[in-house]
Amino acid sequence: MGSLPAISARGLGKQYRLGEREPYGTLRDTLVRAVRAPARWRRADRSGAAPTVWALDDVSFDIGEGDVVGIIGRNGSGKSTLLRILSRITEPTRGTATVRGRVGSLLEVGTGFHPELTGRENVFVNGAMLGMRRHEILRRFDDIVGFAGVDRFIDTPVKRYSSGMQMRLAFAVAAHLEPHILLVDEVLAVGDAEFQRRCLGKMHDVSREGRTVLLVSHQMGQIRRLCRSVLWLDGGRLRAAGPTGETIHEYEAATLARDLAAGGSAFLGWDLGDGEHRLVDTTGPVRVRVHLAAHVAVTNGHFGLGLLGVDDEVIGGWAFEPLSFPAGTRSLTVELPSLPIRPGVYRWSMALFDGGNNLSGGRLLEKWTAVPDLALEARPLGHPQDAWAGILNLRGALTIDRQSQALPSAVEVR
Amino acid sequence: MPDGTRDVPVHHIAPAGGWIPIRLSELWEFRELLYAFVWREVRVRYKQTALGVGWAVAQPLLTMVVFSVFFGKLAGVESDGIPYPVFTYCALLPWQLFAFALVESSNSVVTNQRLLTKVYFPKLLLPLSAVAVALVDFTVSFGVLLLLMAWFGMTPGPAALTVPLWALFAAMTATAASLWLSALNVRYRDIRYTVPFLTQIWLFVTPVAYPTSLVPEIWRPLYALNPMVGVVDGFRWALVGGDWPGITVLVSAAVVVVCLVGGLIYFRRTERTFADLV
Repeated sequence: MGSLPAISARGLGKQYRLGEREPYGTLRDTLVRAVRAPARWRRADRSGAAPTVWALDDVSFDIGEGDVVGIIGRNGSGKSTLLRILSRITEPTRGTATVRGRVGSLLEVGTGFHPELTGRENVFVNGAMLGMRRHEILRRFDDIVGFAGVDRFIDTPVKRYSSGMQMRLAFAVAAHLEPHILLVDEVLAVGDAEFQRRCLGKMHDVSREGRTVLLVSHQMGQIRRLCRSVLWLDGGRLRAAGPTGETIHEYEAATLARDLAAGGSAFLGWDLGDGEHRLVDTTGPVRVRVHLAAHVAVTNGHFGLGLLGVDDEVIGGWAFEPLSFPAGTRSLTVELPSLPIRPGVYRWSMALFDGGNNLSGGRLLEKWTAVPDLALEARPLGHPQDAWAGILNLRGALTIDRQSQALPSAVEVR
Repeated sequence: MPDGTRDVPVHHIAPAGGWIPIRLSELWEFRELLYAFVWREVRVRYKQTALGVGWAVAQPLLTMVVFSVFFGKLAGVESDGIPYPVFTYCALLPWQLFAFALVESSNSVVTNQRLLTKVYFPKLLLPLSAVAVALVDFTVSFGVLLLLMAWFGMTPGPAALTVPLWALFAAMTATAASLWLSALNVRYRDIRYTVPFLTQIWLFVTPVAYPTSLVPEIWRPLYALNPMVGVVDGFRWALVGGDWPGITVLVSAAVVVVCLVGGLIYFRRTERTFADLV
């Protein structure tokens, strides 16, 4: 051992059929086809005219034992498909891969939790789903519960848990699986900052213990911190594989070039005015600075900025119009008096229109869901319990007066 | 550290060819997951419903009462000289096992889609766990049968020792049908709507409410192509006696073996596309 790679892929390819929104047909269609052309229905069923796409195309690589490797690429470049193939959830259309070691993934956090079962019962069921043996779960049970911090509620049905508690418990189970190879798919995009810190910490532990980690993420900061090397997928193909810094640099340069080549205007990046994407103090004025390359002059335009939550729900929105400025690189800074929302991960969504806004027939120059995410790491100022934390994060002040004035009665009694 | 670097599992991933082996050893490896599936199902039912596992008893019991009143008393259907309630309850036990497994398993792959697109496990566990849950119910309501027989002053003979074999026969029949339906339901969502209708029709062509002796003798081998005929006849023979239903059992068993093997092959062939389809 040692010399053999933990994962070696040779010419992996996965083809999906496009078009049909529902890949499963109805029995009637199949029967009708069978009746119409009894001799050929099977073949017609398969080759069909449906266009296909290679979600992954001829991808080969080796990952050594104990390596921590990031997988980067735009949406739809085949990152998740690759992880699904390596975890044997789906089969490749072409090529082979050899995986040496037990594979665990953090991509299934919370899957299989049953609301009616207690935390304890769910730990056992979920553990079994992740491939843990009963004695392993028994051995680590206290660690799991301690890690999740749900000791007092372990015999309560999980339907009474807050979503944060459920997620912590689910993560705790997955984190104690102790696989040889850990696959992580964008899991860090969910959960609050504390949860993300735990994930990152756990992945550090895992890599220190000499296990192999494959991490898919859009957050280059995370990849830089955790990974020694990177696979860059582009349109299903392996565009580059190499040391983290250089590969990410190449990737970002290519992304920027593509955006500029597309014409119009491009949002190049964003920060909090200081190069940071992490917000600790939410009470002071909060500056959101957006870098923009405008290739055309904007007249009577519109800039819209939206703040989205984990499920893409709109937390807040701001519109600035009419705007006029000449072509060139610009930075637009939006100042908010405060951002009193609970700690967690949020995303900015922004759009720039020329000659009006989205409703008055303006021309959309560029639309962007900003990366990286906004990580809000403020201390909770409101209720300490998850269930009552809510979306607002505001300090409340209570005064108790010695002698209250008589409350005005709703009904005047004469 | 992961326990034992010695026996590191090695998986070779490749597009499957036309013929996929049915890896029974893999099923054994995942036996604890099967247990977890069954346990979860039983546990949830126990918690969610007022009667809990009582449903396992109530369903065949109530059906027995209705059949006894309408078929036994009013229609005067003969029952080979056995008290009608015992006669029909005997058949309702394997029938219930079969029908429950059919309904549950046909949906099992679809209802567990979140799971099977996130983690790897042998998909065969899904229909198998539905059948196993049905077996749990079966065991509970079997106790009621013994009480019922005692009430009518009947004692099972030595043939009753073969009951586990007949239960296995029933479970295999249920498995065979479940494999087909669960795999087909992934591709053709019509199946979900077909199953209730199918079980209803199937009940009428199975000697639950009436004896096989009602069917003319020459037609019986044909009749036994419905494997539940052999299951029910064998069950009755083991518990309340009567003629040994040789030919029907043989024909039914042959049908089950063919369907089971065919079902396994079909299921294995289609399961690799489950994650892409559901």
